[in-house]
Amino acid sequence: MTTTDYQTVSIVPKAHKARKEHGQTWWAWVWVAPALILELIFYIYPLIQTIILSFQNADSSSYVGFKNYVTIFTNPTMLEVIKNNLLWLVLATLLTVGLGLIVAVLVDKVRVESVVKSALFVPMAISFVAAGVIWRFIYLYSPNGENQIGLLNAFLGLFKVQPQAWLINTSFNNLALIAVYTWMWTGFCMVIISAALKGIPEDVIEAAKIDGASNLTLFWRITVPMVQPTLGVVATTMVINVLKIFDVIYIMTGGDYKTDVVAVEFYNQLFNFSNYGLASALAILLLIVISPVMYINIRRLRAQEAER
Amino acid sequence: MAQVRFDHVYKTFNKVEVVHDISIDVKDKEFLVLVGPSGCGKSTCLRMIAGLEEPTEGEIYIGDRVVNGVDPKDRDIAMVFQNYALYPHMTVFDNMAFGLKLRHFPKDQIKKRVEEAAEILGLQPFLKRKPKELSGGQRQRVALGRAIVREAQVFLMDEPLSNLDAKLRVATRAEIIKLHQRIQTTMVYVTHDQVEAMTMGDRIAVLNGGVIQQLGAPQELYDHPANIFVAGFIGSPAMNFIPGAKVGTVDGRTSVILEGIGKVEVPQIYEERARAAADRNLTFGIRPVHLEDVNLVSANSNHGDIRSAIDASVDVVENLGNELQVYLTTGGKNIVATLDPRAHVTAGNKIRLFVDSDQIHLFDTDTGEAIF
Repeated sequence: MTTTDYQTVSIVPKAHKARKEHGQTWWAWVWVAPALILELIFYIYPLIQTIILSFQNADSSSYVGFKNYVTIFTNPTMLEVIKNNLLWLVLATLLTVGLGLIVAVLVDKVRVESVVKSALFVPMAISFVAAGVIWRFIYLYSPNGENQIGLLNAFLGLFKVQPQAWLINTSFNNLALIAVYTWMWTGFCMVIISAALKGIPEDVIEAAKIDGASNLTLFWRITVPMVQPTLGVVATTMVINVLKIFDVIYIMTGGDYKTDVVAVEFYNQLFNFSNYGLASALAILLLIVISPVMYINIRRLRAQEAER
Repeated sequence: MAQVRFDHVYKTFNKVEVVHDISIDVKDKEFLVLVGPSGCGKSTCLRMIAGLEEPTEGEIYIGDRVVNGVDPKDRDIAMVFQNYALYPHMTVFDNMAFGLKLRHFPKDQIKKRVEEAAEILGLQPFLKRKPKELSGGQRQRVALGRAIVREAQVFLMDEPLSNLDAKLRVATRAEIIKLHQRIQTTMVYVTHDQVEAMTMGDRIAVLNGGVIQQLGAPQELYDHPANIFVAGFIGSPAMNFIPGAKVGTVDGRTSVILEGIGKVEVPQIYEERARAAADRNLTFGIRPVHLEDVNLVSANSNHGDIRSAIDASVDVVENLGNELQVYLTTGGKNIVATLDPRAHVTAGNKIRLFVDSDQIHLFDTDTGEAIF
């Protein structure tokens, strides 16, 4: 049916109504088809394939049931991976969103606002691999007594502080990695929260001041609740990001020294140990954990749009 | 209870002076209206009382205390904003209770005060709602309620009615007047609407260009405007001005002579002032309601012969039922007259207008100052 036919049909009343509706549905499928086909090839098919792989052994020659999943939740190395991911989830999200909020509020309507914002946002412009390399140099460690080339140890040396193996010492190497991530993502959180702050009407702030609010009260009882929807979206975005964290760790420690996380372990299982079964199970685990957060995020965005 | 005093206050923003040497004494329990066109500095004055702006020079007193540099929260003031400024994430109850909670009032007292205010403003059914579930008028009442519960010494209102539709504005205007009578607090009210100013204020301060033009009771401003600006700003429709007026003697009486338009006798008490100003550039002023169709006045007969009249040609006649709003041209100037509906006026015709000479005004054209 061509467009011309369609128009002819539409000006003929009752008799062809059914045919017209039928035509509309048909056309709707035609328009949606390219997207659906791409979705099937690149998303649904790999997903099903991965699920199937996760129930098979290392070389995908036989089905092993839930064995791979049992391994994830019982093997000490795997448990370490999950524990690290949880640490990342809590700390990295809190730090990026928290610092982003604090900085956004502190520089709001200050003369140096744009300078501070740009400075904090710049790390976003650097590739994460490059950032990882930069921070490896910052954390670089030479044994005590030798020249410290690493920026951090050299700086601490000025105050006669013992040099530390930041990326190797298991009592704080995860924190050192989280610090890098925070450095990269705080600017992103800040910029989005800052935009939300600009949306708070000035007179509401003034009304609160007259009502007797101190700066701290203003922050907790007016500012935070009023940007809360944005904080929600930023936080869930960060949660999704952190759950998938890979690049920083892969570049800086490769997952060694008890810094391994799910995504890095997935990569290692797949490409280094060729254990397709366990790698797929890890991927599915990530998907299952991230999906609800993604769902919440989408719902929040929709609710925000509905309010506009 | 407190008075508010401006003592030679100046305010400059980025080298632009928006308030120039303002001194006002707002008496205790008084309702003072600051009125003027946009950008005249009236809101800045209000914000300086609130502590949201600091004067560049001069002092502001609330009660006996100089409040320069005092935080808004420590000034014991309440303020109602043009856009309501409600806290969107709080219920109506919490919006009103917020200020009391921050001041650590006991819970039962907060509840009592909020409920009392809600009753005065008819807000009881809405206490659990959020602001976005309310209409504009209801929101404005919440903003009023939030100010009332504080029982502050001074009430500040920044164009609180300008976002309401015409009908609601008139109703809320009356509510605010009643409210003032009831709570007996010093109120400073900012508006650009001269009708609001006239109807609400005990006294009105007319501002223009950051300078007080006149401060006085509404009737005083209407009857005796200090200058052309006040004369033109207060009263609706606005006063008619006819420049090029001369003072001379006609039939032995001091008169204002309007070349080619007509002549108006000067009231005896002003004769001396009029003659003293005879050599200046003068502008004649008359309000539309003080003009009338000559025929109607003669018919009333007690005026005898008409000694004060002007001639004009009629452009447009608007019949409002109780009066005629007539737009005329005289001596190349457009003027307006509010006439009795029995007046014989038709667009395109000439008309002779009687001028109530007791109500005339004369201004110095160059300085704008009133001569009488």
